[in-house]
This record gives sequence, C-alpha cells and structure tokens, in this order.
Amino acid sequence: MRNILTTSLITHAARPDFAFLTGDLGFGALEPLRGVAGDRFINCGIAEQNMISVASGLGRLGFAPWVYSIAPFIYARPLEQIRNDVCLHRLPVCLIGNGGGYGYGVMGATHHALEDYGILCTLQGMRAYIPAFAPDVTAAIGRILAAREPAYLRLGRDELPSGADLPPYSPWRRLLAGGGGTMVIVGPLAGGILAVARELPAEARPSVWILCELPVRMEEIPELFLAELRSSRRLLVVEEHVAAGGAGQMLLHGLALRGEVPPRFEHRFARGYPSGLYGSQDFHRKECGLDPGSVLAGFRG
Amino acid sequence: MRELIRNAKLRLLRMHFEARVGHIGGNLSALEMLMTLYHRVLAPDDLFVLSKGHSAGALYTTLWSVGKLREDDLVQFHQEGTSLSGHPPATGIPDVIFATGSLGHGLGLAAGLALGKRLKGAPGRVFCLLSDGEWNEGSTWESLIFAAHQRLDSLTLMIDLNGLQGFGSTREVADLGSLKEKLESFGLDVEAVDGHDALSLERALLQPPTGGRPRALVARSIKGHGVSFMERKMEWHYHPMAAEQYAEAVREVTES
Repeated sequence: MRNILTTSLITHAARPDFAFLTGDLGFGALEPLRGVAGDRFINCGIAEQNMISVASGLGRLGFAPWVYSIAPFIYARPLEQIRNDVCLHRLPVCLIGNGGGYGYGVMGATHHALEDYGILCTLQGMRAYIPAFAPDVTAAIGRILAAREPAYLRLGRDELPSGADLPPYSPWRRLLAGGGGTMVIVGPLAGGILAVARELPAEARPSVWILCELPVRMEEIPELFLAELRSSRRLLVVEEHVAAGGAGQMLLHGLALRGEVPPRFEHRFARGYPSGLYGSQDFHRKECGLDPGSVLAGFRG
Repeated sequence: MRELIRNAKLRLLRMHFEARVGHIGGNLSALEMLMTLYHRVLAPDDLFVLSKGHSAGALYTTLWSVGKLREDDLVQFHQEGTSLSGHPPATGIPDVIFATGSLGHGLGLAAGLALGKRLKGAPGRVFCLLSDGEWNEGSTWESLIFAAHQRLDSLTLMIDLNGLQGFGSTREVADLGSLKEKLESFGLDVEAVDGHDALSLERALLQPPTGGRPRALVARSIKGHGVSFMERKMEWHYHPMAAEQYAEAVREVTES
C-alpha cells in the first residue's frame, strides 16, 4: 500500500497545509513524494519522539502533517508525544504506520505492531483508519483530510483477490453475502478470507463485512449489518491485533450498549508468538488461526 | 522592570500560598526570564513554549502582569473547574499554546513552530524555556539535533540553570558538565547569562540570530530566588508555604 500512499499524497502535496515527516524510513517508495513536496518533505531522522512534537508544532500553525514510519515505530516510542502534543490539542496530525500486525514477518517481534490501533484509540480524538485493500488508501486519506483530527493510518499488504467486486470505501462494507453467520474483518487479511469464502455455497459461507475505521461509531453501523446479525445470531470478528483493545472488544461493547449482543460471539486475533518461533506474515497468521482455512473452518464448525 | 518583577513575585507567592501548592522554587528561578521575555522582548508574531511546565505559576503571573490574565483568573489557580491547572493547560488560555508538564516535549514543539514559520514564510521568533533537569530526557537531545540540523535560527532556547532537579542536584543525578559547551558543540549560538538580571536577559534575548544557528541562553539561576530560606533548597520544589513562611517570604521580597 506504500505506492498508492505515495501517489495519493502527491495529489495533495500542493495544499498549503501539506507537510510530510518521516523517521528516516520509506526508501524505495517515498522518493516521488519527496521530489514533489520539496522542503515540505522533512526527514526527521531516527527520532520519533521529536518527530511527533515537531508535527504538533506544525499542526498548531495550521499544517496538517503526515508523519511516517513503520507501524511498530510510529505509536509505541512516541506515545506520550502523541497523547500530550497531538491528542490533547486535537491537532490534525496523521500518523502513518506501514506494515501493521505481522506485516514485517520474519524481521521479528520488534518489527510487529499487534496492539497499535487499540492503544491509539484510547487517546482523545484519535481515529484509526485501517484500509483493507490498496484502493481504500486514497479514500481514507480523503476522509482524514476532511476530518482534521488526530489520525492513524495503518498500512499493510494489498491482498485483494482478483475479480473481487470492491464496494466504494466506507467505514463498513459488506463484501460477501452468506447465510452461515456474520463475520467482521479488520485489515488486509480480509482478502485471503474473501477469496476462499466466495467459493463456498452461499448458505454455508458467512456474510463477510470489513471494518476500516475505529473506534466503532454506533451511528455508522449499517442497519443491514444489524439485521443480519439478529438473524444469524452469530458474530465472528477477525483482526491482526491483540484481543485487548481490539476491534472485537470495541464492537462487542458497542453492540452491548445497544442491546444487540448476539448469542454467539467468536474472536480471532493476534496471539503473539505461541511457538516462540518467527516467520512470514502468513506463518504468524496461521499460528494464531488467522489464515483463511482456519478462520472459515472454525466458523463453520 | 525591577518594580514589575517585585510585584509579580509577590503575586506569585500569594497565588501559591492561597492555593497551598508547591513548585514555588522553580517558579522563582524562572520568573525574571518570563517577565523580561513578555515585557521587553515578545513581539506580536512571536511564540513562546514553556517546556518546564512546572513553572506554570510564573507563566500565569507573567501573563497577569502583561494584562493577558485577570486577577479573577489567578484566584482560580489550582481550584476546581479552573483553566489554571498546575501545569499549562491544552485549552482555555489563548497565550498558552501547548499543554506541557511532562519534561522533554517543549523543545520539539518549539522546533515545529519555528519550522512551520519558515515553511509558511511567516514572521516572528519562537522562544522556549527549558529546565536544566530536562536535559536528562533523550527527547530533548533529539530536538536539539533537529533544530541545529534544520538551522532553525528563529528559535531561541532559554535554559533555567538552577542546578536542582526532582531528587538531587543536576550534578549528582546526571552530571552534564558544561551545558554551554555541549550546546555549542551541537552548533548553537550560546550565551551564558545571569537568569535574574533583567537587563542582561533583555539584551541577550533581543540579540538577532547569526549564521542560521538557533540561539541558546544558558541562564544561571537560583531555585527559590529572592526568598532566603528557599534558595538552593530542593524541598521547595515540592513544599507549599505555611502562613509564617509566606509572611517571611513577602517581607523579604518587599524589602528587596
């Protein structure tokens, strides 16, 4: 998704409030943006705390800065700067984290971001945008610009299956209708699950929804989703994030407040490193039961 | 200035006494710097960030002294439902542009403001008051490197070098030796000044930037300055004043 990030941001680079900061990362992807943005592309060096404070200073002067690093580095080290400098002042600073979840695979645990949006969504005014597929990135950027609030854009690998009919971006979208329960997926792993689920008979497969923005806003939950849930009485949330503070907990909390909790709730989430071994993103997903086969087999069972 | 500072010091003491709160020592070490900055230096396009947020009382008193806070505001210091919290608030006081209080944030914020002014071609300087203990924080050094590398010459650091921090002297806790020399080695234009001499401070603060370098004033100061039983005493980072102590402090400042 980095390439579409670059091309999308280039279309906004002439805005007077544009500024892009990187923590010395983005090699091989951000160069075209650097070429266009000129002195508004600032390499802040390997110093994430300062980078967030600088972005906040820019935000105070009317800029809407984009602040880039890989996902594990953008939210944890500078968390206090995000809380105090950005969120307490509700500044329009957008953090961009590339490679959310197990995205950096065999690079190891220090390079994974398994609790990023959960932590960030505890902060005042922060909204996380988690595109499921590459085309979502452009739309998410547009919504971030319109919102002018603290934001986190979590990028990953584009896994949109060929031939998929992707509805226009919105926080909630149904990708597939089915009669075998209701499934909500957060992030790019939706692609692999969709590819397998769509081959199943309609009555046997779940209805597949993707959720791209957190925290869950109750008013944004589609009536169609609630109607399906009342009928299926079974909800599975799948996310490449730990359970604590994740989309599953947020959604269940929201449904409970509305008195819409289904009788059966299941949650597939990142479990860390069950074997203590490291591998690709797919290796870690499989260890956590997040691979398409495990997700769908478990749901059918 | 002398009379203005004396009045501000008396108002600061009263505010802390009536609110029964501490942090008075570091407020007294910084008061002349803030008063000189606001009365003699800051122009309409200039911006200020108080990085040592525990000197909020001195900032509020200074804003009162220049007419940007009212007497009615000061009596709300540390009260329920106030904008004048113990550290600068995120909202409620237009002249306080950032909530601070966790050390190590202000210099990066000020650097962002200075960078933003340059990118916009906007006039004005940016001033940032830091403590000396704040140089324990790695983020402060990150911001120093950034400001020097970006040649943010509209940025001026003021460092309140009172030599005491939370649980010991700066020399005991994390001795940095000469902060002036260290800042010079990073490429800043550094000047050592007496942090309680308003004339020296004014002259140093009005000094224009040279050669694309941020400026830094290393201002030697005394924690608890002007109140003999508080001077150079770490406990006045924390203690509120008893009635007798307040009366003695007022007497000393009035007669100074």
